Amino acid sequence: MHELGVVFHVIRTVEEVARENALTEIRSVTLELGEVSAVIDTYLENCWKWAVANRTEIMKEAELIIEKLPAVTYCGDCRKTYETVAYGKICPYCGSGHTWLLQGNEFTIKEIEGC
Amino acid sequence: MKEYKIIEVKRSVFADNDADAARLREELKEEGTFLLNLMSSPGAGKTTLLKRTIALLKDELNIGVMEADIDSEVDAQAIAAEGVRAIQIHTGGMCHLDADMTRQGLKEFGTQDLDLVVLENVGNLVCPAEFDTGSTKNAMILSVPEGDDKPLKYPLMFTVCDVVLINKCDTLGVFDDFDKDAVKERIRKLNPNAEVFYVSAKTGEGFDGWIEWLRGQIQAYRQ
Repeated sequence: MHELGVVFHVIRTVEEVARENALTEIRSVTLELGEVSAVIDTYLENCWKWAVANRTEIMKEAELIIEKLPAVTYCGDCRKTYETVAYGKICPYCGSGHTWLLQGNEFTIKEIEGC
Repeated sequence: MKEYKIIEVKRSVFADNDADAARLREELKEEGTFLLNLMSSPGAGKTTLLKRTIALLKDELNIGVMEADIDSEVDAQAIAAEGVRAIQIHTGGMCHLDADMTRQGLKEFGTQDLDLVVLENVGNLVCPAEFDTGSTKNAMILSVPEGDDKPLKYPLMFTVCDVVLINKCDTLGVFDDFDKDAVKERIRKLNPNAEVFYVSAKTGEGFDGWIEWLRGQIQAYRQ
């Protein structure tokens, strides 16, 4: 939904890191994206291409690399874990709703490559 | 041949914003300004509800309103007509405000002399819920014509709210499939701490409870 907003946020952070490390050209940026992070990777890539070309100086051609992280939920009652996307909030083993997300909502800038 | 190197960053976009929002909340607390983040879908009645709320509180509190919108000055003009300070922030196409944009808006606005600042967020039930603005409390408006299934469709929004105002309750006779108990139960399941009030910004029905809640929150905050 808010891909353009998060792209601007990523660009700001990358520019900051580039300054700290005296980089003048960014070749790629790697993001870790959780399966249920509410960010859609194809939209993200479109926004990325537009934003880096039009709103940046040092990263006009930077490639966006997306590493997906699967979403996993933990059940507090039967203590098993299961795939979040397939079953949602209800545990498929015991039917409990007393569950919480272990991983899958990440949206992290993992690393950048530049010179 | 250029020598490219890899720099590990490991920074979460959402965590960055959360940390920034927490800082802003502390700054506001020191200043004694209560920031209410008001969210809803477009057309739920944010501006009308705000106008009536201002009319009931402006004699006892210094109030300011920040209108966040993609474009236009329409809402800020409507609020300024109530005799309180208003500023319009254009998000430039973005679907939400983050803590940094909120801080910039507040700075430009100048909030030292204000007891209550209401941030009218972009009309949207998805993105504003994901980004903590640094507000003291979050309020959302669900209007009756939108239907009683909204908590099922937009769970995060209902999870982050301290108070839910179910507006346009004067239309319950028309939208007679709106199940008042079911919607309350759906909200309670997502967020047992959320207060729920049925109001009509048009007729003023139900405003006693809402105003009392808001007044109580502001008093507790300043003590």
